[in-house]
Amino acid sequence: MLTLSQVSKRYPTGDRALSDIDLTLPRGQVMALIGPSGAGKSTLIRCVNRLVEPTSGSIRLEDTELTRLSGAALRRARRSMAMIFQEYALVDRLTVMENVLSGRLGYVGFWRSFTRRYSQEDIAEAFRLLDRVGLPHALDKRADALSGGQRQRVGIARALIQSPRLLLVDEPTASLDPKTSRQIMRLIRELCAERNLAAIINIHDVALAQQFADRIVGLRAGQIVFDGKPGELDAETLTTIYGEEEWDTRVQEEETEGEPATPAPTAHLNLATGGAS
Amino acid sequence: MPVSTTSQGTPIWRLRTTRAQWLQYLGWLAGACLFLLCWKVISDNTMWVFVEDAGRQGSDLISRMLPPQWSYAHRLWKPMWDTLNIATLGTLLGIAMAFPVAFLAARNTSPHPLVRSAALVIIVSSRSINSLIWAMLLVTILGPGVLAGIIAIALRSIGFIGKLLYEAIEEIHPTPVEAISATGAGRLQVMSYGVLPQIMPAFAGISVYRWDINIRESTVLGLVGAGGIGLQLNAAINSLAWNQVSVIFVLIFVTVLASEWISARVRHAII
Amino acid sequence: MSRQEQARAGQWRRLPLIENPQLRWGLALGLAVYLVLALASVEVNWARVAEGAGRGLNFLAAFTQPDFISRRGDIIDGILESLTMTVTSTVIGVALSIPVGLGAARNIAPWPIYYLCRGIITVSRTFQEIIIAILFVVMFGFGPLAGMITLAFATIGFMAKLLAEDIEDLDWRQVEAVRATGANWWQIMNHAVQPQVMPRLIGLSMYRLDINFRESAVIGIVGAGGIGATLNTSISRYEYDTSAAILLIIIAIVLLCEYSSSHIRRWTQ
Repeated sequence: MLTLSQVSKRYPTGDRALSDIDLTLPRGQVMALIGPSGAGKSTLIRCVNRLVEPTSGSIRLEDTELTRLSGAALRRARRSMAMIFQEYALVDRLTVMENVLSGRLGYVGFWRSFTRRYSQEDIAEAFRLLDRVGLPHALDKRADALSGGQRQRVGIARALIQSPRLLLVDEPTASLDPKTSRQIMRLIRELCAERNLAAIINIHDVALAQQFADRIVGLRAGQIVFDGKPGELDAETLTTIYGEEEWDTRVQEEETEGEPATPAPTAHLNLATGGAS
Repeated sequence: MPVSTTSQGTPIWRLRTTRAQWLQYLGWLAGACLFLLCWKVISDNTMWVFVEDAGRQGSDLISRMLPPQWSYAHRLWKPMWDTLNIATLGTLLGIAMAFPVAFLAARNTSPHPLVRSAALVIIVSSRSINSLIWAMLLVTILGPGVLAGIIAIALRSIGFIGKLLYEAIEEIHPTPVEAISATGAGRLQVMSYGVLPQIMPAFAGISVYRWDINIRESTVLGLVGAGGIGLQLNAAINSLAWNQVSVIFVLIFVTVLASEWISARVRHAII
Repeated sequence: MSRQEQARAGQWRRLPLIENPQLRWGLALGLAVYLVLALASVEVNWARVAEGAGRGLNFLAAFTQPDFISRRGDIIDGILESLTMTVTSTVIGVALSIPVGLGAARNIAPWPIYYLCRGIITVSRTFQEIIIAILFVVMFGFGPLAGMITLAFATIGFMAKLLAEDIEDLDWRQVEAVRATGANWWQIMNHAVQPQVMPRLIGLSMYRLDINFRESAVIGIVGAGGIGATLNTSISRYEYDTSAAILLIIIAIVLLCEYSSSHIRRWTQ
């Protein structure tokens, strides 16, 4: 469904973030993108919805060539690719409902959105999604009154109301504690299955990636160095992705116990947890 | 903070090196010379005979101001109402013009660097020129009256509100804006959902703050014919009716204090 | 029906800014009434406006060919006088604002001094510079001395208020630490208070220098020296090309001031 061929990105500073990426994502597949910080994971998914302009190469979503779109056509293409962000990226001073409904912006005109006159179906759908992610009571709360996990749920609802075909997920758990991280990953996984969505998930936590993805792609210095099933990931491949480290202890521990013994290096606890419920 | 060693081998600590110390003395010397030079220019242009007389003039002035002629106050309500209108309507007009200018001037919302420079030029010109100068100009163009005052206040407010607002726009969090763009929203929708909610508190605070300043400024616009209580002040001074002047002063004092109190309360409530 | 149930049925409106409907509509109505009354009280003499429109265009056109030459002497004298007033008034004003600011800080001043200093600040901040200038011109006669004293007085109000607020928000532990070494009052000021307020004091002084220059361009209207008198004359004689030249010079100096002050602020931090 999504095909990247020979995609490269060089920033004006001269840093080469991606070089000649070839990748094909079939419908309904949940793919985890792992790799060290600075490997180009964020750049890759931002090239797909053109928040970052790729320098060269082609990106096709079904029959649409994304790299040549501009203006209205680009906005129409972006509607079908929803994005979920690391720091939730909610608009703090808007209510939860307004944040969810902002996912419909690509479908409604400026004045209707400015006066918040959304159609009855949009509103009912927004509420159904809030119900689905477990936050029907938070409807009128301001986004900054929620805890980290709750905010990410609102972010997921905002993504799904776009009725996307593809989810682009950028470090969804990096700001969450280990338990909430698993809940969020499980939710994303379930929703993808329910709606037959394809997803690219950037993630730091290898254990979470192995548990919740169908396929794992390893990125290092802008190049794909691993592409396979979660089970095929072993200490040797982790070394090619991340560099030398004593992987065995960690991987074995997780395989035997089925629980992450330690949170991933970047998954520091979120202090906002418990702000309101 | 250098440490040097004496011939006996004991280390000596000093705050600055000798060179830095000398440079600092030199800087102070240059500043003092500049100040004395400026003072000399002023002193040359001053009639010191008048200055020696200042104490007597001052006490004379105060004795003529007291007691205030309170009966004059009833003729000041209409000019005071005009003054409030000049400040309020001028602020509203200024906000309406400053708002788009700020969006064009902020680095992250400006459509083009050339547009941005033009917006910055508008802001700097408006900020550099005092509202009284704008009023002088507008009185020769529009004729004396409240309208000239309103527009003068509005023109001066563009720069103030525009500058603070564009700085606020440049300081917003970029991620919500990115998220709204990623939903396929149009440019205006990104502004109204991603940018506007983030700058709203700053915007309200800046506007109320400027309204408070404008009340103060609009009390003197009448001196050049642009309406408000300044007209009465000018007339009273020209006819040397100092006991009326003191009534006007009391009224201005109370009004400005009240507006400052309101503005502080509103800003406190927003933050 | 609760808002949740309504939303389930697809009915949802944005929460109003003010929850109480009576208050909301009352405020809206009050605002509308005020606007109508205020706009109605603005009298516009359209015949006069039409007559002046040509002059407005002349003024704008003058900016394309400003005349620096024909009143060169007046302009140079005026600008120099403005600049000297700016420098002296800022130096004197800042110097005097330090004791006033210390006196107006609630945490270090005894109450009679506190009220006296607060009184000075309030009077200085309430009256526009022009009004103060009128009084000082009556006392000291026409000329830049009256203007300088005016600006210095305004500077005291501005600086002392902000300085006092700064001192009130001091990090008190540093003061205690210095006091614990057995330092006397002056040493405490020098070692604990000064380092905390100095960077902001320098920044504010630069900002005030900028404001004083802009103000010095208008107090000439009432005879307190500076470029204002020349500007006033040129405007009332409709010599817009000269006015445009003066305004351009003012804008250039303000820009220069702003540019250099941002440099100095970076250098002191």
